[in-house]
Amino acid sequence: MGKGLLGKKLGMTQVFNDKGEVVPVTVIQAGPCVVIQKKTEETDGYSAIQIGYSDQSERRTNKPMRGHFAKAGVSPKKVVREVRTSDVGNYEVGQVLKVDIFAAGDVVDVVGTSKGKGFAGVIKRHHFNRGPMSHGSMYHRRTGSLGATDPARVFKGRKMPGRMGGETVTAAGLEVVKVDTDRNVILIKGAVPGPRGGHVFVKSSVKAKAR
Amino acid sequence: MNVIDLLEKEQLRTDLPDFRPGDGVRVHIKVIEGERERIQVFEGTVIRRSGGGLKETFTVRKISQGIGVERTLPIHSPRIEKIEVVRHGRVRRARLYYLRDRVGKAARVTERHKN
Repeated sequence: MGKGLLGKKLGMTQVFNDKGEVVPVTVIQAGPCVVIQKKTEETDGYSAIQIGYSDQSERRTNKPMRGHFAKAGVSPKKVVREVRTSDVGNYEVGQVLKVDIFAAGDVVDVVGTSKGKGFAGVIKRHHFNRGPMSHGSMYHRRTGSLGATDPARVFKGRKMPGRMGGETVTAAGLEVVKVDTDRNVILIKGAVPGPRGGHVFVKSSVKAKAR
Repeated sequence: MNVIDLLEKEQLRTDLPDFRPGDGVRVHIKVIEGERERIQVFEGTVIRRSGGGLKETFTVRKISQGIGVERTLPIHSPRIEKIEVVRHGRVRRARLYYLRDRVGKAARVTERHKN
């Protein structure tokens, strides 16, 4: 049974745990999210719930989505996402999900869009090593050989400079340190992809289930 | 006020005395040994305070059996039972790293008298 919430990354800080140790945490404003649609095995071939987060003005919503929200009887949302779950029956369309679905000690995965790094060289982008900076070397941060001369072409997938960041990244297996229901805030141990204010998706961990 | 500031503010301790670099302090630290918890006292000179807010730390230096020992602790740590200010020192800088190079009488800090 999967659980998930959409939210916004607020930033990082630190908290003291019950042992008095310092724990680095990311503060995420998660929810309230509203259930927009239920997908079931019979109608869709898989079971999931569709949830939405953060209100959006009617004017900014396109017509097909407006119809979709109207059908569920909810106000238009900025972010819409599906949560795969087997117990769709426990949810109702229009139901509001809050941070209290998670508890301290839960293990979660967080999906976000990583910070854009622009056009990055091969050292930053693919962790290549650089050449010597001195002793007459003129070979500092260059890409290096693109392969042998014999195929007379460069193979697909060659690691080269280019756009870096701005892609969907999942930080897996993070621990929930604290859930603050009054402020709709969830504290997750460690760093989470994306800038402050970026939308993130917090869901129950895929790998922790197997443990 | 944003949520992060509020979360940090909740954890700040207000029960601790004011102290500065150069002050002699006695820090009562909770030490957990297995299941038992006891208080360990660390007495020495404050040689720095670093950072701000919840993240602020301080370093206490003492000479133990002829060897200099320094402990750095977060000021707002719940592990600190209490801090006693034993004496006020008169110093002219915020980081007293010069004490590390001195031994014996030279490593003293002159007392500050409040007028």
